[in-house]
Amino acid sequence: MRSTADVIVIGGGIHGCSTALHLALRGLRSLVVEKDYAGRHASGVNAGGVRQLARHLAEVPLSVASMELWERIGDLLDDDCGFESHGQVLVAESEAELDQFRARVAQLRLQGYTHEELIDRAELKRLIPAVSDACPGGVVSRRDGAADPFRTTQAFRRKAIALGATVLEGVRVTGLERRAGMWRVSSSAGAFEAPVIVNAAGAWAARIAASLGEPVPLEVMALMLMITDRVPRFIAPVVILRGRKLSFKQLANGTVLIGGGHQGRPDRDANTTEIDWHKLAESARTVWELFPAMRGARIVRAWAGIEARMPDDIPVIGPSATAEGVYHQFGFCGHGFQLAPGLGALMAELIATGRTNLPIAPFSIARFAPAKGANATPDSTPDLMRTTPGGQA
Amino acid sequence: MLRRLLEEGQRVRLTIDGKPVTACVGDSVAAAMLSCGLRYCRTTPISGEKRAPYCMMGVCFECLVTIDGINNRQGCLIEVREGMRIDTQLGRRTVE
Amino acid sequence: MSAGANPYDVAIVGAGPAGLGAAAITAGAGLTTLLLDENPTPGGQIYRAVTTTPLKERSILGGDYWAGAALVAEAQASGAEIVGGATVWSLDASRELAASWAGTSRFIKARRVILATGALERPFPIPGWTLPGVMTAGALQTLLKSSGLVPDGRLVLAGTGPLLWLFAAQLLRAGARIEALLDTTPWANYLRALPHVPAFAISRYAAQGLALRREVARQVEVVSGVTRLRAEGQGGLASVAFAARSGERRLMADVLALHQGVVPNVNLAMAAGIAHRWQPAQLCWVPVLDAAGNTSIDGIAIAGDGTGIGGALAAEAQGRLAGLAAVAAVAPERLARVPDRQLLAQALARAERGRALLDQLFAPPRWSRLPEGDTIVCRCEEVTAGQLLEAVGIGAMGPNQAKAFLRCGMGPCQGRLCGLTVTELISKARGVAPAEVGYFRLRPPVKPITLAELAAMAHTQRAVAAVVRE
Repeated sequence: MRSTADVIVIGGGIHGCSTALHLALRGLRSLVVEKDYAGRHASGVNAGGVRQLARHLAEVPLSVASMELWERIGDLLDDDCGFESHGQVLVAESEAELDQFRARVAQLRLQGYTHEELIDRAELKRLIPAVSDACPGGVVSRRDGAADPFRTTQAFRRKAIALGATVLEGVRVTGLERRAGMWRVSSSAGAFEAPVIVNAAGAWAARIAASLGEPVPLEVMALMLMITDRVPRFIAPVVILRGRKLSFKQLANGTVLIGGGHQGRPDRDANTTEIDWHKLAESARTVWELFPAMRGARIVRAWAGIEARMPDDIPVIGPSATAEGVYHQFGFCGHGFQLAPGLGALMAELIATGRTNLPIAPFSIARFAPAKGANATPDSTPDLMRTTPGGQA
Repeated sequence: MLRRLLEEGQRVRLTIDGKPVTACVGDSVAAAMLSCGLRYCRTTPISGEKRAPYCMMGVCFECLVTIDGINNRQGCLIEVREGMRIDTQLGRRTVE
Repeated sequence: MSAGANPYDVAIVGAGPAGLGAAAITAGAGLTTLLLDENPTPGGQIYRAVTTTPLKERSILGGDYWAGAALVAEAQASGAEIVGGATVWSLDASRELAASWAGTSRFIKARRVILATGALERPFPIPGWTLPGVMTAGALQTLLKSSGLVPDGRLVLAGTGPLLWLFAAQLLRAGARIEALLDTTPWANYLRALPHVPAFAISRYAAQGLALRREVARQVEVVSGVTRLRAEGQGGLASVAFAARSGERRLMADVLALHQGVVPNVNLAMAAGIAHRWQPAQLCWVPVLDAAGNTSIDGIAIAGDGTGIGGALAAEAQGRLAGLAAVAAVAPERLARVPDRQLLAQALARAERGRALLDQLFAPPRWSRLPEGDTIVCRCEEVTAGQLLEAVGIGAMGPNQAKAFLRCGMGPCQGRLCGLTVTELISKARGVAPAEVGYFRLRPPVKPITLAELAAMAHTQRAVAAVVRE
């Protein structure tokens, strides 16, 4: 058995590809093993929000660090990824909500973060003239924006390959084994060896973790999005709500993307998702109320990607608590796209040097470890990335 | 571009781009436009190319027109009505 | 009109021969049956406007067309609730449909769903096929059937397949003039079809088909073995150019009717998650079905040309069989009230006789399925064959990546006019089978819906509260 790489990355989503790229920048050769194709699920079909706004406090330092990379994404990847920075706005639907936002912005200020700015009704109307007059204000993060998620994931993949990484698509990981200080990864395309493994397998990451004796309470999610036909440009920033589930943005080609957290029905084993129109009708209702000008627009498509959510809404990042040489990077449901460039750099630093200056303690997988005395039951499934064929290609 | 084999059908009055015309009861909007001598019904939002009804069975979306102020309607699936206002579409449509 | 008996025993999508046949059986057996069709009147494409056509002179459209009137009458008398102008835009595995009619969308549940969405004409991506003046032969036939409209000016027909000849004959009987019929059937097809001649000779297609050809050839210049077909003009069709045995030719033309066969209309079935497979003889995707017509989703059956092209009589028989299966599943005690399964199966076998020869003889040539260079593949997003091949070059292994790279197939038609071309072009470029390349991952809505219509379906707490207050 030859040592095929310095690091084997399981999962060719944007996180796996970003980590592979940053490992290459540090001179480490990685092998990315992807069961479908890069960006097939959440990485390729998410809303593309590049958002520091309204992040979980634990994630703010990571998000701010990642933003630095987004602002020079073209230099990093030789592709601008369709990134446009027109800001993101959290719209308050009531005075009470605006008061909550005020407190949040003040809290961030105390910690030294200034990217979130409270805005009044006039500034809100200036930024988003089409918004309903009923909204009293909101919060803006002016450097935020949006990018094309599939293109971005592909750009990471291409650049990683250009710098020496290998990306195997259509290859499923079937088992992990530790032998004499090396990890042996069995797959549908044979076995590979490396001293280090990165688990960036998204919704499938829990199976990897379980096989290492550290099961996690990962929830499989399918956030739904829908998009309209082309309409004339009428809104520049990305709009999000807090009370009702909505994110809303107009793409450069004129189409309007509507999302915000309503769940479809994922089937992880079949690799498919089903749309729940009762819930998307709620999203439509919210847009109908907030942006009267959109009422005649047509919904042309809806979709959902399969992704992973942890119960505390923050990801799992960092070394395994049970297995040497394994690093986790998963559980980003709805908020991983913007983090990916920075987290790839963080993971590479962690793997290469054993440390990072960014605070990652809150993301440790150890937070899900069973209380002492309880019995962990590892998932001994022979095919870690199993999916059943027959779903539409 | 098209002519009617029979002229005895019951007529309805409508306007196409503001011009009064007549069509027959049972005509689709797309059929009425073609029978009135229109060569195309819209220009595309991308290149601005002229397009005309192509499939007449609701699958190609080339016959998108504005009907009574509502844009992007499939002209081949909607029957004409007395007083209907039909407008050709130029490129992207406004949302209102 | 509201959906009266929601939830229904049976919901049928498409009121062509299959849907009408199915509804006649299920409603006839007393099952609450909802039959939805996008067109204003029942009949589907083959019997389009059979109850309303202004062409009362029966010889023009012919006996096979008028046979549809009896089927429509049977379905109408069966007690089925038939709704025209209704667009079904979603169907899921729990057999919940979303459908729009009269400006309102609603959810409909049914114990059994029968999809009878029929066929659409195969894409015919030649240079200039987006020019005004270029239409499908089926489109012009619809104009003839539903409005008694015929092309005015110089008309050229081009392509291959029985419908092209039937339509030419109907036009001639109606007194229209045809400049030329450009037959693109490759010479090699005649050889490939030979083994199927015995079965074909005793089918109803044989005598009819030959008679139609003679009728048309007497009155129209027929050019055989046509290749390199293209439509020319600036902002509208001016001429049709092509190559034939006699060399390159150009005909001045006002209208070009294109046709190279029909293929299953799979969008709703695929969006529902029903498994499909590549059908190499008909060069299209067909649903995977068991012997009883059931799909991979429990309680959803498909009948008619949506299962693979078999023609109107086969579709009607399949529809009746699917109806019968629905009765057996929902109310087996009523099976005594429906026709014998054996008779229907025999009718289906009779109708399917000769199909193998038609598939071989009228298999469209490669050049008219696999465009090159600047020829538009995706009409909605104006993506060319050249751009598609470039995307394959930088890693688009299948239609879904091509869509993400180029927006190819992302327009309102949702791949109906480009999907097969995209699959076949990628297949050719990568040197792998179409089955391996796959198809667009289709999702509802299979037809666009307005935001306002979708918003009105929301059962928000506020909306519920409003109802409670009343």
